[in-house]
Amino acid sequence: MFRIDPNRVDLAREYKARPFGVHSGDLQMVLNLMRALPVEGHHVLVMSKPHREWTLAVMGGRPPRPRLQPSQVFTSLEAAEWHVFKLRWQMLTGQPLQLD
Amino acid sequence: MTDLMGYCDPQSLAPGDTLRVMVSCLGADAFRCDIVRVLSAEAGPDHPPFREEVVANPVNRDYPARRQPIEIGSFALVPPSPELAACESFTLSLYVYPTLPGQGRQGLAGTWSAASRSGFALVLNEAGAPEVLLGDGKGRIGRLSTDIPLYARRWYFLAASFDAASGRLHLLQQPLADKSFHPARRVSAEAQTDVEHLVRPGPFLFAAWHVEDVARPTPGGGLRAGGFFNGKLDSPRLSRRALSEAEALALAGDAPPSGLEAAMVAAWDFSADIASERIRDLSPNRLDGVTVNLPTRAVTGHNWRGHEMHWLKAPREYGAIHFHDDDLADACWLPDLEFPVPQDLPSGCYTVRLRAGEAEFHVPFFVRPSRGQSVAKLVYLASTATYTVYTNNLGRFTGTPELHHGRLTVLDATDELLLKHPELGLSTYDRHRDGSGVCYSSRLRPATNVRPKGRLWNYCADMFVVDWLSRSGEPFDVITDEDLHREGLGILRPYRCLVTGSHPEYFSGAMLDALDAFTRGGGRLMYLGGNGFYWRIAYHPQQPGIIEVRRAEDGTRAWIAEVGEYYHSFDGEYGGLWRRQGRPPNLLAGVGFISQGFDASTPYRRTPQSRDPRAAFVFDGIDGELLGDFGMLQGGAAGLELDCYDAGLGSPPHALVLASSENHSNVYQLVAEEIAVAHGATDGVQNPRVRADLVFFETAGGGAVFSTGSIAYAGSLGSNNFDNNIARLTANVLRRFLDPTPFRIPDCGR
Ligand SMILES: [Fe+2]
Repeated sequence: MFRIDPNRVDLAREYKARPFGVHSGDLQMVLNLMRALPVEGHHVLVMSKPHREWTLAVMGGRPPRPRLQPSQVFTSLEAAEWHVFKLRWQMLTGQPLQLD
Repeated sequence: MTDLMGYCDPQSLAPGDTLRVMVSCLGADAFRCDIVRVLSAEAGPDHPPFREEVVANPVNRDYPARRQPIEIGSFALVPPSPELAACESFTLSLYVYPTLPGQGRQGLAGTWSAASRSGFALVLNEAGAPEVLLGDGKGRIGRLSTDIPLYARRWYFLAASFDAASGRLHLLQQPLADKSFHPARRVSAEAQTDVEHLVRPGPFLFAAWHVEDVARPTPGGGLRAGGFFNGKLDSPRLSRRALSEAEALALAGDAPPSGLEAAMVAAWDFSADIASERIRDLSPNRLDGVTVNLPTRAVTGHNWRGHEMHWLKAPREYGAIHFHDDDLADACWLPDLEFPVPQDLPSGCYTVRLRAGEAEFHVPFFVRPSRGQSVAKLVYLASTATYTVYTNNLGRFTGTPELHHGRLTVLDATDELLLKHPELGLSTYDRHRDGSGVCYSSRLRPATNVRPKGRLWNYCADMFVVDWLSRSGEPFDVITDEDLHREGLGILRPYRCLVTGSHPEYFSGAMLDALDAFTRGGGRLMYLGGNGFYWRIAYHPQQPGIIEVRRAEDGTRAWIAEVGEYYHSFDGEYGGLWRRQGRPPNLLAGVGFISQGFDASTPYRRTPQSRDPRAAFVFDGIDGELLGDFGMLQGGAAGLELDCYDAGLGSPPHALVLASSENHSNVYQLVAEEIAVAHGATDGVQNPRVRADLVFFETAGGGAVFSTGSIAYAGSLGSNNFDNNIARLTANVLRRFLDPTPFRIPDCGR
């Protein structure tokens, strides 16, 4: 099965530049893997101010409920996506994502 | 944390009608209520500010807070009867198809009362094995189990008997033959008990047991039940003596042998009255009952063999009811206030705005014009059917929709209420706890996802259209799907033009017929959405506000209906996609569902066809080739869910495709119903059919249709303070569509 190649930081750069919209096939495979992670531990966003501020949360428990990560607050959805991308990159490759 | 929520009934009212508002408020002493007219969506800093206007009225004040509980879980109930009181000895038999055996004790049938520990019942015990029990009302319980757990999703015949004179309990567990090689075996168990059976005259419950009687209204008529069963029950029989196994088996058949009549107390036939909430006893005693909280009917029974798919054609094979511990038809709350709709209140979209502490909860309702009083030629059809089937979509948070949304799931404090209060019930986008699809949804409960704030979807996204309409200067009325279903074409007769919301997805036959006749008769239809006119629904024949959907055969489905269960129980019609019933959306709208994706929206590009003089009015004052390269719904006018022109599905040959969207992302996939052989070239990057088509055509009666084929379209109307090419184009269409001059079908030469 497909696994993320930690050397392909070009895909991370591509994602950072354009989180929403047309992606290369290789990046889409990375995203599909990340987005299919189980509900337990899945990252979601809690809208803390209407359409202007979002707080990171992790789903946990039964039934799953969002557990807020109050230190992770974003003022754009793109920034939130990028943050979660980096967390998942590390989780799935075992290595932190480093873009010099 | 204050948990504040409410609902109302009815949902659509005319001046003079009275709105009842039911509220539950936990964590505060009082809540504030205000009636507000909603004029827009709350869409954040990039959009004109949220607009709501308080309607001055004496009901706007503080109210004492109270918590109102919800009794979730379905069962069936037979009222107390002297016949039941005569069952000191008994034989109770039924066919059972458990779906969650081993997940808690579950009542199958009986008079058992948990409070008094009296009566008797057949249950599944903690291990999932059948158990018969009876109580003396003093705390002693006699019981017998086969101790062999049932397999999930398999049919068994169970017969439990008790002979009061001898104290002998007997229990038979007989797996039914099928085409599998499951190793289930026949078991029977026997025991002696000295516990006396304190007979209860009822109520007799199926799929739960009696817990207590309470002073407030409950779905079970003041009764609270517990021990909810998940699975199907079929053909229960009750006798007033301990029958032999052979007698019990014989009695379960269609033609009971003579000699058993005197012993028989009840022989319930769940295949009777399927479209109702009644259950029928075929015995002379007529121990008829009712179902509570809408367990699923018109489901395959123990004897279904796959020869016939329609319950109306083989009712005897549909003698089962599928119960779920998360079924809910009616919260049954007491009203906290009543709002008589004033005579001068204009038709529109309103909510009961509830506030307590930091919590706010909107309860939407719609005011239609007084009959015969309106002068408006324009009408907005609020998609209340779609709102109802989407109500409380728990799976959006407990699943991983991120994979097909292409972005992180976002929720807010109101969404969290649903996670905190699973007793609010499910939507038809969810599965029951046992994995079966939720096919009924009710608006008689708080809805956490039908509101002008939060996720820009359905009601909230539709407010973009309402906002635009309210700024257009054209007087317009508001009616709802439920009105259209009930009243048909008559309710549309005063109008020249009908405007939909962003996602009018769910249509009953009556609704579709009315809209078709309206357009055919000269009316003008502005379909400002995507994935419209897609699913066939049935409204409950008696109880307003309850809708059935069977996700049958094909389509973009949140679950897939069980084989043999494609026909509605409410009206006997074939469920599923309209496209699978000879009425693709393309017939009415000129476009039909083709793709969805939720990461990014794109603009439309004008086509050569758009230069046709027939469409000149549409583009008056519009320059440029790109339409809607902006918007609140992922940045473009074409997105979320897309429809395209397809002559093969009935889009009219004279329809003009005025513009088509392009460059959709990898997340956008061709819908399942378009794919016969799976392949890898189905996304927006590789498949040219992944697009929204903006379509216009005239109808024979002087009417016309304008379709946007995109949910995101609504979100572009308000960009740049409503000064943009989408708003301009839509206004051009609206102006012409309100002009009485008939449209003419072009001469196509045949
Ligand atoms: Fe939908």
